[in-house]
Amino acid sequence: MKLLTLNFLTCAVKTCKTSASSFPLHPRDSELEIVEAEINVQFLQNILPRLMWEELGGLVNELGLPSLPPTAPLPSALVESKLQAPESDTTGLNIEKLEVPSQVARDLHRVLLETCIMSGGLVCGNCGHEYKVLEGVANFLLPAHLV
Amino acid sequence: MPQYLVRLVQMHESFRKAELQSLADLAGVEIVIVKYEEDSPFCIISAPSPKAAKDVISRSILSFGIYELWGHGSDYLALHTSVKESSSHHWPIYKTTPFYFTLDSYRGTRTEAQRRQIIQDFSYLPFTGPIKLKDPSSAIFTIFEDYALGAEAPHYLYLGRLLGSSSRHLKTMYDLKKRHYISTTSMDAELALLTANLALAGPGKIFYDPFMGTGGFPIACAEFGAYVFGSDIDARTIRGTGGSARKGQTGKMDVEGNFKQYGLQGRYLGSFISDLTNTPLQIPGPDRNIREGQVHEVNSARGGWLDGIICDPPYGVREGLKVLGTRAQLSELERSTHADRYKDSGYIPPKRPYSFTAMLDDILAFAADTLVEGGRLSMWMPTANDEDIELVIPLNRRLEIVSVCVQPFNKWSRRLLTYRRLREEEVTLADVVADDVVKTENEKGARADDLNDFRRRYFEGFKESERTRQEQFGSSSTPDTENAGDPKGGWDGALKDIFRKESPK
Ligand SMILES: [Zn+2]
Repeated sequence: MKLLTLNFLTCAVKTCKTSASSFPLHPRDSELEIVEAEINVQFLQNILPRLMWEELGGLVNELGLPSLPPTAPLPSALVESKLQAPESDTTGLNIEKLEVPSQVARDLHRVLLETCIMSGGLVCGNCGHEYKVLEGVANFLLPAHLV
Repeated sequence: MPQYLVRLVQMHESFRKAELQSLADLAGVEIVIVKYEEDSPFCIISAPSPKAAKDVISRSILSFGIYELWGHGSDYLALHTSVKESSSHHWPIYKTTPFYFTLDSYRGTRTEAQRRQIIQDFSYLPFTGPIKLKDPSSAIFTIFEDYALGAEAPHYLYLGRLLGSSSRHLKTMYDLKKRHYISTTSMDAELALLTANLALAGPGKIFYDPFMGTGGFPIACAEFGAYVFGSDIDARTIRGTGGSARKGQTGKMDVEGNFKQYGLQGRYLGSFISDLTNTPLQIPGPDRNIREGQVHEVNSARGGWLDGIICDPPYGVREGLKVLGTRAQLSELERSTHADRYKDSGYIPPKRPYSFTAMLDDILAFAADTLVEGGRLSMWMPTANDEDIELVIPLNRRLEIVSVCVQPFNKWSRRLLTYRRLREEEVTLADVVADDVVKTENEKGARADDLNDFRRRYFEGFKESERTRQEQFGSSSTPDTENAGDPKGGWDGALKDIFRKESPK
């Protein structure tokens, strides 16, 4: 599971949903893996307003990954202009202004879409229940006493 | 606005207009359906420009291509008159370009000599360029003949210039027969891709399937550029240790492997095991706590976050539907037994029966809570043709029905329902409360048989519905989509070479 999914996951126990401490779930004994993927700025710009920035920052720190900036970047900060000749131009004289993913976008992509939790647990900060992750798949089925 | 001819497939008829309209929404193009008949694969639309028309069809599953309409009429005399009257302003553009003529007779056949004569009759067009089929700069013209079933002569004709082809080749590319990992309930590729179109899956969006099975819907959405994830109550389905429906298949087969097969793993966010009634996903929107019909708490700090949800919920035919929980309240002793034992590796959480209607209402409520404004839910559900046993289309006051499409089978049929999440200003608090009352009613459960009408009727054999269906549809319609397309239709074989993708027989 890519780290981005943790932005949308909380405790499955109904009574926990209303408690702020049920989000985000806290990774325990996580085995992480980097799986490279093509960057897509359009997607990053689309989900940026849906990210719980502060909580994601906390998660990243818990996992010991490089910290996120303290405040969420603006969608416009995800691209930067670069001057270069198009590939078809061999003379190098026709310089074009190209929009390319910025360093901020590449960092965000690395954390949210290339960092995957392969195994470990996800723990609710409210009830303490731990959901197991096996082969990258988390199990949120609740035992009978928690339904 | 100029008019264009869409060459539709003659199958899944009730989905065709819904797809056209959705594709227009996706492309941000305003179209008007000028001429459409359920019994014909030819449809005329108007659109602002040739590029807009081409954009609309480029993602279509239920059409082959779109044409600039040069003329039409009920016989060849009328067609030639129409071509001369309405298309002469185009003629100079193609004076010297390479060109090619083809004939597409739907439900009719022509001899080679007739075909040559029909094309010859257009020689008044002042084209002097070379006749070339495979040149990418060639203008491809097609004469379309529409025959009534069993008729000797066509009753309507069109001439069009090809603007662009559809995405129907994806049906073959994603064919289940060639997929790494499938199950007996996997949705066929054509319908999964079509569902993704109706739900407006597109580049940069985020889509979710709460009953993902082997991942057919998320794969279709990812093909169209969406980022996807899913869940299922059955761990074995996702992890793939349950094996594949394919005979003799061995080794590790899982949902992730399917994404890898198509090179889509970069857009696969992941999947998890859960049950919709106890979802671990964030439920934003009004956080409601209804007691005695009063709303106690409203918290809409966080808005919807899903661009689309598509699913084919389980009908519970074989085992009855189940969700987590127990039929009766657990005693203190039972609770502590579960609390002691749930960490054991062999622990299986108990499940309770769940009604199909309650589940549909729950899906709608979930969609209303989690979709962004304008986001779509596309959901399959069974229906029965007999009025007496028809399942009601579920409603939610925060969702508006966009389209209802029906796929008939021999003994039953199913619907694809597509809803749009209304904007906040279109929804009142009273609507939210009313939806919660429905939900509360549904939670008073009973036995699976009482709850699940569909299941009971399934076992009763749909005797009534079968009779009704035959009266309604005749015996010609079959659910077997494999060979159902254009039984006698004729797309010029030459076009197959142009697209090198797929063309009807
Ligand atoms: Zn909890």
